[in-house]
Amino acid sequence: MKAYTTQDGLVCPLDRSNVDTDQIIPKQFLKSIKRTGFGVNLFDEWRYLDEGYPGQDHAQRPINPDFVLNLPEYAGATILLARKNFGCGSSREHAPWALEEYGFRTVIAPSFADIFYNNSFKNGMLPIELPEEIVAQLFMEAENSHGYRLTTDLEAQTVTTPSGQVFHFEVDPFRKHCLLNGLDDIGLTLEDADSIEAFESKAKQNRPWIFRDLTEAS
Amino acid sequence: MSNKQTLYDKLWAHHEVKKRDDGSSLIYIDRHLLHEVTSPQAFEGLKLAKRVPWRLSANIATPDHNVPTSIRERAEGIAGIKDPVSRIQVQTLDANCNEFGVTEFKINDVRQGIVHVVGPEQGLVLPGMTVVCGDSHTATHGALGCLAHGIGTSEVEHVLATQCLVQKKMKNMQIRVEGKLAVGVSAKDVVLAIIAQIGTAGGTGHAIEFAGSVFEDMSMEGRMTVCNMAIEAGARVGMVAVDQTTIDYVSGRPYAPTGDILDQAIDYWRTLVSDPGARFDTLIEIDGSTIEPQVSWGTSPEMVIPVSANVPTLDDAQNDVQKSGFTRAYEYMGLTPGQGLDEIVLDRVFIGSCTNSRIEDLREAAGVIKGRKVASSVKEAIVVPGSGQVKAQAESEGLDKLFSEAGFEWREPGCSMCLAMNADKLEPGEHCASTSNRNFEGRQGNGGRTHLVSPAMAAAAAIAGHFVDVRSF
Ligand code: SF4
Repeated sequence: MKAYTTQDGLVCPLDRSNVDTDQIIPKQFLKSIKRTGFGVNLFDEWRYLDEGYPGQDHAQRPINPDFVLNLPEYAGATILLARKNFGCGSSREHAPWALEEYGFRTVIAPSFADIFYNNSFKNGMLPIELPEEIVAQLFMEAENSHGYRLTTDLEAQTVTTPSGQVFHFEVDPFRKHCLLNGLDDIGLTLEDADSIEAFESKAKQNRPWIFRDLTEAS
Repeated sequence: MSNKQTLYDKLWAHHEVKKRDDGSSLIYIDRHLLHEVTSPQAFEGLKLAKRVPWRLSANIATPDHNVPTSIRERAEGIAGIKDPVSRIQVQTLDANCNEFGVTEFKINDVRQGIVHVVGPEQGLVLPGMTVVCGDSHTATHGALGCLAHGIGTSEVEHVLATQCLVQKKMKNMQIRVEGKLAVGVSAKDVVLAIIAQIGTAGGTGHAIEFAGSVFEDMSMEGRMTVCNMAIEAGARVGMVAVDQTTIDYVSGRPYAPTGDILDQAIDYWRTLVSDPGARFDTLIEIDGSTIEPQVSWGTSPEMVIPVSANVPTLDDAQNDVQKSGFTRAYEYMGLTPGQGLDEIVLDRVFIGSCTNSRIEDLREAAGVIKGRKVASSVKEAIVVPGSGQVKAQAESEGLDKLFSEAGFEWREPGCSMCLAMNADKLEPGEHCASTSNRNFEGRQGNGGRTHLVSPAMAAAAAIAGHFVDVRSF
């Protein structure tokens, strides 16, 4: 996993609440068995005027000139700003994969759906929760100034505006540690293999039905 | 600290392998359900890291999202999947299960079906288990008194490799619905009414326990419908305490324990209730007797109104953010603020999905259509059973004939038009009365317009060609 430390990035304001995972990456693209190739289909139904399908030549597709991601001033944005309950809906990790591949490493919103929030960290992305009024202020500033950038610092847990205003955000220490160092958390868990085995041998006494062999005929 | 525990507290404590210094815990996973969409990248990761499944028998797989539901295509097995990309995904699941030795109910196995229907039906999901799946509707299994939630693909790999997840404990929420439901009002209406009240982020960060006489009186199928949509209320976990209904449902299922182990299990299962006086961080109370049949009008599962109401106007919005949400929804759904629900002309009707495709749901819908015909204005009305077992049961009761005679198409099991990953989908602009769980833009097909309803309401709508109050139908 890519480590995340600090970021100085162009901000793209997506002024919508309850942006769901079907919007972030429509289901027809979930058929892939790979982890890559989702970036071109990020927000597919908003970004393009035709209906997208896997394996299409995206260069030929009519783009929706009004959609914020397609405005020239937001080309190269790495920080996405959105309204509340971002990432609601399904558990598909294709949503953070698509955002990350498109180039976003940070999403700032007043709140996130739990599974999306969790999935982001597993993919080197930082979801930042800030109070609704601060997000509203950032929207105002981003929409009213050209080339609006923010600086994020995971270690210090801060977001800094161009005028030098600093906002603090909360992040869980374990997630922060893994993301800062780009750690593989399966490896970390396996360091506790002894504890897992001890738990299992006790559970075999207390709840033997859990350990039924499914490969035997029922 | 009080020693009175909620159901969630107990389930958490019984599965905590280790507390970590940073406040997270390693939680043991009893059952892991897999399907073709969110598992390929996890198996690939496992192979790349040269890891093997920690406990093979914890895992059970079935393809559901991509499988065709038309009888003719299905007869051809995997070859019947016309879209090559979908076909590869299903083949990849088979190949991975074969390679690692994971038990799988393959495409035309009678036990195949939507993973959340199959698990409880086979006794693979039992009370008190921790259950995960790379699918947000895993919350369904909370109906059996399980701690069940959806996970992403990285976590699928994590569970395969370690049988554990790193978790932080959530807050406790109880939603109490007391009283008696009116005739014609079903579990789906209850959960839609709850989401309408608390909103799609109302349960964020919480594990919800559904309690009160309405859930006590409810069948297991109904409880599954309710827990299924906890995620639409923002909660990863929804659950109902274990009672006699739960134990009766589980006993005798193919993979359920028998003999002494069953007795031992039942003694344990009976403890899976919140202690009287246990503390909840958030408590919501709803009077069940006031709940009417519900219909979603917009593009979020909180945009729901009773069938007797009109589409809300901008004056009904509580703030600017909601106002702009309403405006977008009117446009996408092609509705006028204040219009009556019965003015919406329905193009298609879908009865199915992990929310409402169990035998009881099909009986409920069949009860409404008896002897009537689907309106000629409806282009297509389909019934997609949740599993091969549900299909067989329904056929043995003659429900398939009732549906066919009324003009519904009787299909093979799968996710189908719930998310339109297979061939079943809406055309742009079409309105669909659907028993599924999400009415997001494009969910049932690009430009499609979904209205979430109960099976009875969907059946009545198919016959009338528009929404009607099933209570007076
Ligand atoms: S029926 Fe719908 S919600 Fe349920 S698992 Fe399938 S796609 Fe997901």
